[in-house]
Amino acid sequence: MRHHFLLAVITKISLARFQSGAAKTMSTAHSVAQLKRQQLFDRVFRQATWFFTVIVFLLLAALIGSLLIGSWPAIQAFGFDFLFSTQWNPVTEKFGALVPITGTLITSLIALSIGIPVSFGIALFLTELSPPWLRRPLGTAIELLAGIPSIIYGMWGLFVFAPFFAKHIQPAIQSTLGEVAGIGFLFEGAVMGIGMLTAGIILAIMVIPFIASVMRDVFEVVPPLLKESAYALGATTWEVIWRVVLPYTKSGVVGGIMLGFGRALGETMAVTFVIGNAHQLHASLFMPGNSIASALANEFTEADGDLYTAALIELGLILFLITFVVLACSKILLLQLKKREGAVA
Amino acid sequence: MKPQLSLMLVSAALFLTTPAFAADITGAGATFPYPVYAKWADAYKKSTGIRLNYQSIGSGGGIKQIKAKTVDFGASDKPLTVEELEKNGLTQFPTVIGGVVPVINIDGLKEGQLKLTGAVLADIFLGKIKQWNDPAIAGLNNDINLPASNIAVVHRADGSGTTFLFTDYLSKVSPEWKEKIGADASVAWPIGTGGKGNEGVANFVKQIKNSIGYVEAAYVKQNKMRYVQLQNRDGAFVTPVEDSFRAAAVNTQWDKNTGFYEILTHKPGQESWPITGATFVLMHQTQDNPGQALEVLKFFEWAYAHGDGMALELDYIPLPDNIVKLIEDSWRTRIKSKSGQAIYSAQ
Repeated sequence: MRHHFLLAVITKISLARFQSGAAKTMSTAHSVAQLKRQQLFDRVFRQATWFFTVIVFLLLAALIGSLLIGSWPAIQAFGFDFLFSTQWNPVTEKFGALVPITGTLITSLIALSIGIPVSFGIALFLTELSPPWLRRPLGTAIELLAGIPSIIYGMWGLFVFAPFFAKHIQPAIQSTLGEVAGIGFLFEGAVMGIGMLTAGIILAIMVIPFIASVMRDVFEVVPPLLKESAYALGATTWEVIWRVVLPYTKSGVVGGIMLGFGRALGETMAVTFVIGNAHQLHASLFMPGNSIASALANEFTEADGDLYTAALIELGLILFLITFVVLACSKILLLQLKKREGAVA
Repeated sequence: MKPQLSLMLVSAALFLTTPAFAADITGAGATFPYPVYAKWADAYKKSTGIRLNYQSIGSGGGIKQIKAKTVDFGASDKPLTVEELEKNGLTQFPTVIGGVVPVINIDGLKEGQLKLTGAVLADIFLGKIKQWNDPAIAGLNNDINLPASNIAVVHRADGSGTTFLFTDYLSKVSPEWKEKIGADASVAWPIGTGGKGNEGVANFVKQIKNSIGYVEAAYVKQNKMRYVQLQNRDGAFVTPVEDSFRAAAVNTQWDKNTGFYEILTHKPGQESWPITGATFVLMHQTQDNPGQALEVLKFFEWAYAHGDGMALELDYIPLPDNIVKLIEDSWRTRIKSKSGQAIYSAQ
C-alpha cells in the first residue's frame, strides 16, 4: 500500500521535472533534431515501462505454469479428492489437502477476528484521541513491529507465549467458555500451549502492525472540515468515527485488512513453531493442526518420491488460488460498497 | 604502504589461484551429519588446503543431487537398497553412527528411570496406550509411581532420518505399526503433536507435561533430557550411551556387496541400543572425473583415520576400525573410472 503511494509520488516528481525540462527546450527551440531526440526518448521510455509491466505478467504466468506442471502427477493421481481428503500418508503415498487448507483458513480468520478490532482501536487512538506528542513515537513503534522477522515471533510464541498460555489462559478458557453449550467443543482437549488457537493469536500479533498502520494512514487523510462539521452538529467522538471517518476511508480500511489477511495466509515460520504440525482434523482449537505454508516448510526438504513432491507443490498451488480468491473477493466487496454509495446519493 | 599493498595483491592472487590447483569437493544431503562433516572439512582444509563444500539440504535432496551428478557425493540418513543403487549406478558407505532416543517429561522421574519395550513404545505412539499408569507400562516399572495422566505424544513435523530410524524400529517390533503406519522419513502419525527439527521436539517434550517424544542422541545430552531405558532384542534393558550405540554397529554383519545396506535398529547383542543408525555417503560407481572422486575418497579416508575425536566431541559415534577397512575395500572394487580402472588404490 505504502509502496504504491511512494511510487506514485516519485513518478509525479520525475514527471514534473521531465515536463519542465521539456518546456525549457521547447521555448529555446534549438533545432528539430533535438526535438526528434526527445520524441525518441519518449518512445523508448514508454516501451521500457510497457516492457516492465509485461514482465510482471509473464512472471505470474510462468509461476502458475510451473506450479501446474510440478503438481500435475498429484492432480492426475488424486483429482478433486485431493481437496476433500484428510489423509496425508507419505508411506503409502496417499495425499489430501483438507487438513492444511482448513488449518490455513482457520488460523488466518482467528488472526483477523482478533487483529481487526485491535488495529481499529490503535488507528483511532493514534489519529483521533492520542495527545499529539505521543503520536509519532507510538506510530513508529507500530511500524517497527511490522519489521520484526517472523521467526522471532515464532520463537517467542514457542518459548514464551505457549507455556504462559498453557498455564494460565487455556485452563481459564476451558473453565469458562469451554462450559458453554454449543461452543464448548472448540476448547476441548489437553492444554499444551500450542495448537490452532495459539497459531491464530501469534498471527494476530503479526498482522496488527500492518492493518493498524494502513488504517492510521487512511484515517489521517479524512478532511478535518468533515469531522469538524460533524462535531459542530453535536456528534459524539464515536459517531464521528462511525459515521464520518469510516465511510470516508472504507476502501483503504478493507485494503489494509486484506493486506493483513494475505500475510496471515502465507505466514510460514511463526506458524510452524506453534501450530503443532499434525495432519489431523480436530474441532477443538486447542488441538494441533497444520497449515499449507508450514506443511511445505516442514516437508519439502525430505520429500522423496515424485508423488510426494507433486502433492506438496499442489498445496502451493492451492495457497496461490486461495490468495487470489481473497483478493478478488475484496475487489468485489469494494465495488459493491461503491455501488451502494451511488444508490444513496 | 607499498609493500603492504603488494603483499595484499600477492595473497589475493594466491587466494584466487589455489582452488584451481586443488578443486573443492562438493557434497549435498542429510542434515544429521552436517556438524561433523563441517568440522572434518575445517580440519582437513587446514592440513591439506582442500575445501569441502557440503550443503545440508536433506537426504531426499542429496539423493536427487547425486543422481543428477551436480555434486561429487550425496549424503543420506536412509540407505538405498541394492536395487536402487544398481539402477542408478551408485555405491554407498556409512560414515558415522548416531542413535535415536525416546525422551519423557513426567514429574518426579529421573533420567533412565522409566523402562519400556519396543512393543509398548509402538502402542503409545499408536494411541492404544493412553495413560502413563496403563498396566503395560506399570508392569515394566514396578518400582516407580506413574501418574494417572494422559500421554502427550510428540513427533517430528519435518521429514527426517531420525523419524525413519524410529519408525523402522517400531515396524520391526510391532506388526500392527508395520501394517498401519510403516517406516519412512515422515509418516501419517495417528496421534500427537509435531515439532520442527530435533530442537522442536526437545522443546515440546520439555514444555508439555506427561509427554513422550524421540530425539537424536546428541540432543538428549545437550538438553539434559529424561531418556528411557529400552529393552533390546536380547531382552536386556539398555541406556542410550556411546557404548550401546557402538555395540549395535559391532553386532551387525556389514556386507560391502550390498552397499552396506544396514539399518542398525533392533540388532542383537546384550549391550546394543535398539534404535541406532548410520548415515551414508553416495557416489557414482563410474566416475567421469577420477581425480575429483579420488579427492572425495581421500577426504573420507582422512576422516576415518583422524576424525574420531572430532565426531565424539559432537556426540556422533565413529565407525569401528574393522568396518572402515571393509569400506575402503569397497572403494577399490566398486568405484572405477570410465575405462574400468580402480580409482582408489591401497594406501
